[in-house]
Amino acid sequence: MELIKETDYGTPAAKSDKTVTLTIDGFGVTVPEGTSIMRAAMTLGVQVPKLCATDSLAAFGSCRLCLVEIEGRAGTPASCTTPVAAGMVVTTQNDRLARLRRNVMELYISDHPLDCLTCSANGNCELQDMAGAVGLREVRYGYAGENHLAAAKDESNPYFTFDPAKCIVCSRCVRACEEVQGTFALTVDGRGFESTIAAGMAESFLDSECVSCGACVQACPTATLMEKSLIEAGQPEHSVVTTCAYCGVGCSFKAEMRGGEVIRMVPYKDGKANHGHSCVKGRFAWGYATHRDRILKPMVREKITDPWREVSWEEALGRVASEFKRIQATYGRGSIGGITSSRCTNEETYLVQKLVRGVFGNNNVDTCARVCHSPTGYGLKTTLGTSAGTQDFDSVEEADVMLVIGANPTDAHPVFASQMKRRLRAGARLIVIDPRRTDLVRSPHIKTDYHLPLRPGTNVAMLNALAHVIVTEGLVNRDFVRERGDARSFAEWEHFVAKAENAPEAVASVTGVPAETVHAAARLYATGGKAAIYYGLGVTEHSQGTTAVMGMANLAMATGNIGRRGVGVNPLRGQNNVQGSCDMGSFPHELPGYRHISDGATRALFEAAWGVHLESEPGLRIPNMFDAAVDGTFKGLYVQGEDIVQSDPDTKHVTSGLAAMECIVVQDLFLNETANFAHVFLPGSTFLEKDGTFTNAERRIGRVRKVMPPKAGMADWEITLAIAQAMGVPMHYDHPSEIMDEIARLTPTFTGVSFKKLDEVGSLQWPCNAKAPAGTPIMHVGGFVRGKGNFVVTEYVPTDEKVGPRFPLLLTTGRILSQYNVGAQTRRTDNVVWHEEDRLEIHPHDAEERGVRDGDWVRLASRSGETTLRAKITERVAPGVVYTTFHHPDTQANVVTTDFSDWATNCPEYKVTAVQISPSNGPTEWQESYRDMAEKSRRIDVKVPATAAE
Amino acid sequence: MSHDAKLAYMANQIGKFFAHQPADQAVDSIADHLLKFWDPRMRRAIVVHIEQSGEAGLDPRVLKAIEKVRAHDRQKTAVVAR
Repeated sequence: MELIKETDYGTPAAKSDKTVTLTIDGFGVTVPEGTSIMRAAMTLGVQVPKLCATDSLAAFGSCRLCLVEIEGRAGTPASCTTPVAAGMVVTTQNDRLARLRRNVMELYISDHPLDCLTCSANGNCELQDMAGAVGLREVRYGYAGENHLAAAKDESNPYFTFDPAKCIVCSRCVRACEEVQGTFALTVDGRGFESTIAAGMAESFLDSECVSCGACVQACPTATLMEKSLIEAGQPEHSVVTTCAYCGVGCSFKAEMRGGEVIRMVPYKDGKANHGHSCVKGRFAWGYATHRDRILKPMVREKITDPWREVSWEEALGRVASEFKRIQATYGRGSIGGITSSRCTNEETYLVQKLVRGVFGNNNVDTCARVCHSPTGYGLKTTLGTSAGTQDFDSVEEADVMLVIGANPTDAHPVFASQMKRRLRAGARLIVIDPRRTDLVRSPHIKTDYHLPLRPGTNVAMLNALAHVIVTEGLVNRDFVRERGDARSFAEWEHFVAKAENAPEAVASVTGVPAETVHAAARLYATGGKAAIYYGLGVTEHSQGTTAVMGMANLAMATGNIGRRGVGVNPLRGQNNVQGSCDMGSFPHELPGYRHISDGATRALFEAAWGVHLESEPGLRIPNMFDAAVDGTFKGLYVQGEDIVQSDPDTKHVTSGLAAMECIVVQDLFLNETANFAHVFLPGSTFLEKDGTFTNAERRIGRVRKVMPPKAGMADWEITLAIAQAMGVPMHYDHPSEIMDEIARLTPTFTGVSFKKLDEVGSLQWPCNAKAPAGTPIMHVGGFVRGKGNFVVTEYVPTDEKVGPRFPLLLTTGRILSQYNVGAQTRRTDNVVWHEEDRLEIHPHDAEERGVRDGDWVRLASRSGETTLRAKITERVAPGVVYTTFHHPDTQANVVTTDFSDWATNCPEYKVTAVQISPSNGPTEWQESYRDMAEKSRRIDVKVPATAAE
Repeated sequence: MSHDAKLAYMANQIGKFFAHQPADQAVDSIADHLLKFWDPRMRRAIVVHIEQSGEAGLDPRVLKAIEKVRAHDRQKTAVVAR
């Protein structure tokens, strides 16, 4: 193993089909037109000295170190800002250039601390390297002159420091913040020698609008911006490329290691999803892996009121098997089930569904995708033929119009949001459909063309209104529809959306959005060039979530915005492996590859491979499991990597179901809220301890590589195998790669996927098979997977969760940048400095009416339950709408949400809850009793060795 | 909402989605959805609920679809029993 250091070409690659041939230092080289001399030289292996240049940023030309001579041209131009030209003859090194560079370096070093031996960047400092490269041997000016060496260090950010004494003001950090991240939090303050890097309005980094993505740290050529973890531990000595385990962007990272300890996570430049960028979670929030709360020994207990008892793996697994067998013998084969996790690998997920189908003998398997993107699967399969998004992320670079609906990518998918913002700054137009004024609506250098702040629960009415405009104003792409669409379903859909009841004027009273804005947005989407839809859980988590997904597919098909780059219908998946967990057959009605369990031929294929009989009827979905548990027919559950108590809606109903069960097995990192109701705890592994694959939102299968052994001794896939063995149906694999081999053998869209191929090419987008051996970045090119595109009539059916005198406000929930879902990971990192509690966003008007001031404790009550939290008064939410996150168990926002759900998939209607807000002076009775219960439930009886006790 | 009432509510939700279809087609679509996505115990429970509570607030098309589902399940049980 070695430390991976990607080649820095100094300037970004030029995108041109034309090439130019020139000579550099006597060697001929041919590069794309528009390439810089610096980059052309590097393709030859000639490193022109540089400080302000790096290939993630546009050339800047400020450090004057990369000077070259060009035959026939006067002076010594900077090679970073000078493009190549045909026949150009370049010299990168001679006495004159060497002298000039040494002079420049002398000036830099005259105002730089000479503490290289004790500097945290020692061994990995570009300034140090350049001093060596230019042969700097003395600084004639001495070090006693005016300097910045006493400048105070900013250590406010929990993850990195800013030491202005070491800063050379190369602006790489400022440009990274602008060009890579798009936050514009940094600037160069002052002029000339007084120039310094400043965050925000000359604030500390923590107080500024910096989002801690790490791009500036990554770009810094000195120790000015440096990870605290590296300052503490020293330089890493080897690295392993793996995939982030947070959101569905699926960023590639280098886990930079010293021995078995992670020193830092650095975004991998060759990562196809992130291209070397990162966010605060993936880059910095990995400390949970070694948090003291991790449980590293299996535990059991008779009753959930008992303290936990640490036991051997054998005893714990034996308990699981004996209890599950007992329950099935008593209550029937269908009385137990399992839940796979969108945070686990494809291989782990595949094994859990195999365990349920092949060993438990039923189809009671579901995944946390149930509560987020299950409507995507149903909706896109029905209309287009495949349960997945249509594009790769890079497709956005060619989009002329983006329609973002029910998604807040700057918080939830920050790395892709940066890519979107780059395209927007380059001129793409933007429509945002969201009840909240998200950052995409307006932030530095970003301003949406049309913000449609609709009332929660009215997505379908809005999509129908957009379609109405497109149809009635003659904006349908008739050629595309004729060639690619199903004529009969199109005619039916066209007739439906053209009805007056779908006109923007007719639905304005429902959506709350003025008709003229809807007209303008529809015209832009249909006529603005290549238009791409991006959506999130603000679409799916509704009683009409599936209908809305189909509504978007209708729009894309009607306008011809599908089947090529720059367009498409793109779900932004919430968790790292939502796509993969669905692909792997986690739903109770589907085998891997989205094939219905009632299909005899598919079942026969799996029966032959697994040597078992498979049940042909669909099993229970997660919400159905809770109902069945309360009803007394569902008694045992194996939960791998999901906290259903905190994440699922109507917490009281969930906990009633779990409390009624006889054996709940939780396999997780921590004693999460679900573990409060568990009888067996099996310690799981972090992504750093796993070998396997994740599949991101663009269907990209990426490798997850183990950088340290599982801390509890068994890998997650081995635990599932051991349960199967203990139940008398052994499965045989020696490595997760063999599980993927089996998936590939049995799943037509995966036949070309293997660990070996992934290691060769980095990542693959399914379908990857004989027809598409290199994978499929864009779906439905030339034809839909289902044949003709199916237009679906999407009548608007208002939710039954209605406001009224008792509950006059609408609550919608979501997540924020620094925290992730139930917070099990991020709450156990320094990310809490940005978000230590869930807050309730409320409009000033609604707050004033209720006598609520910013920061006050308020009671949030719905028909399901009530909780308390502090208020944040903001105009980001419209009057009548309130918003909160669900990251903290103390708040338990899901006590308030209802058990209304999507008609097709039972995906919960998290986004619409009628509530009332009132001032409060403390936690609710339920919060207090739950806290007491949770505290008691987490007691662990540790056997103290006799000798120690004496 | 009781378990039975919730099942009836969910079935009606499905019925509303297919409401635009001609009656026969809608009944088939609703029945197909129930067979494809509802665990058999849920289907049994709603049948029992109807037997005990009459129409149980169900849309007429949904009732017809559930009747189709019941016939399908009976036939399947009979085949398995043979």
